[in-house]
Amino acid sequence: MSRDSEPRGAVILTALAALGLQLLPLPEAIALFRPAFVVLAVIFWSLNRPRAGGIAVGFLTGLALDVFKGTVLGQYALATSLIAYVTIRQHLLLRNKPVLQQTLFVAVMLLLWELVIWAIDGWTGQTSAGIGRWLDVPTSVLCWPAIAALLRRTYVAR
Amino acid sequence: MAAFANHSLPQRAPAAGLRFFIYALLALTLMVLDQRGGWLERVRYGLQAAAYPLQLAMNSPSAAWNWTTKIFEARADLQAENTRLRDANRRLRLANMRQAALEQENAQLRGLRNRLPTLAPKWLPGEVIGTESSTLRQRLTINRGATNGVHKGQAVIANDGLLGQTLRVGPWSTEIILLTDPEHAVPVQIVRNGLRTLAVGSGDPDSLTLPYLPIQADIKEGDLLVTSGLGGVFPQGYPVARVMQVRRDGSSPLAQVRAAPLAAVERDRIVAFLWFEDSHPAAPAAPATAPAGGDPSLQPLATTAPPAPVPIPAPASTSAPTPATAPPAATPPEPRPAASSPAEPRP
Repeated sequence: MSRDSEPRGAVILTALAALGLQLLPLPEAIALFRPAFVVLAVIFWSLNRPRAGGIAVGFLTGLALDVFKGTVLGQYALATSLIAYVTIRQHLLLRNKPVLQQTLFVAVMLLLWELVIWAIDGWTGQTSAGIGRWLDVPTSVLCWPAIAALLRRTYVAR
Repeated sequence: MAAFANHSLPQRAPAAGLRFFIYALLALTLMVLDQRGGWLERVRYGLQAAAYPLQLAMNSPSAAWNWTTKIFEARADLQAENTRLRDANRRLRLANMRQAALEQENAQLRGLRNRLPTLAPKWLPGEVIGTESSTLRQRLTINRGATNGVHKGQAVIANDGLLGQTLRVGPWSTEIILLTDPEHAVPVQIVRNGLRTLAVGSGDPDSLTLPYLPIQADIKEGDLLVTSGLGGVFPQGYPVARVMQVRRDGSSPLAQVRAAPLAAVERDRIVAFLWFEDSHPAAPAAPATAPAGGDPSLQPLATTAPPAPVPIPAPASTSAPTPATAPPAATPPEPRPAASSPAEPRP
């Protein structure tokens, strides 16, 4: 695990995979609960290899989400780069903590992400919806331990 | 691990802060520019082009699945489908048989010198490759774009009715906003009595709301809503929705009306973009140009009196413009443009 070989290829691959999972056609009732894979991937890399992707990964995947979702350009980009930034700032505190505490942190980050998006929706004059937008937070939190374990195994195995 | 941490701590934090500041500034600039006018049209166009491969790739599993099920479909199923399609085709041809004669008759009743052109002479089918369905946004991505001639603000229909309009056009893909998007409103008309109003999306793929009808408006369950032709995007007369619930309570001066869109917003995979003949009276009325534009041969006879010296047998004064009583068929109908239906009977 030398510091010079950052797994940039793995970062790009997981970012693309997360975006793909975000696009995968699902019935509407299930799609509401679709985990925010992009945020999970960004948090994972910011937490474990803050130099591999940095905030740029958050910004670019967020921009892609803006294009896919047809929102105002920069909305998801801002929210996702904020998540990347906060996680990078805190990664030293968190990365050797037990899974439960990391999951708690991930939950807070997801809420922050949704909050920023919600605020910008309000600013751009979108009618605010009810509870629907928050439904992916619990599923994402539940997915986190599995996704983190999977990604850690693949990139530690390299 | 600890050595790594000690190394990265001093120079890491300020660099991250500065970078985040730059990215946040960039995002905010993008938002402001995107929100104020169309300054980012070109950027969006490029981004949509970049997004297309991924969208196509993620749609390919379901496309492959459809293709595989088609390949292995049983012979009996195919025969049954074939029979059904033949029946449907026969029904449509029967229904269409008198179309040309009716168009001619319509032109005569309107007092026109020529038959009206086909309202939508050109259309283009496309396939859904992406959906964004939430209470806030109801959008579809279609695999047709500017290279196919699609442009912004174009009407899109599905099998049974109006689906929406094009919103952002990329080179190979187009984002369409559905009727049911909460930001979308379509000017409609009740077929039964011609009452005009707006049908606004509710964010729910199964319903539209009609929020601007007074409590005493003549509307009831089962009424068919068609486009009214106002607003400049949708032509007149395309089916939109059927009223499913009318609530009138004394507390509000407005009736609460909900309607179910006729197009299967959630299920249709194939949609069609339409191009309209501007000179047709049912074409979407663009507020500024509608009265001036149009083919002069399609204007009512009375207003284009000089080139048509038709004898008026009635003793009425010539100053009274009475297009409805003009002699029918002053000129023989022109052959129709290329897009005429194959089963066109001679009138």
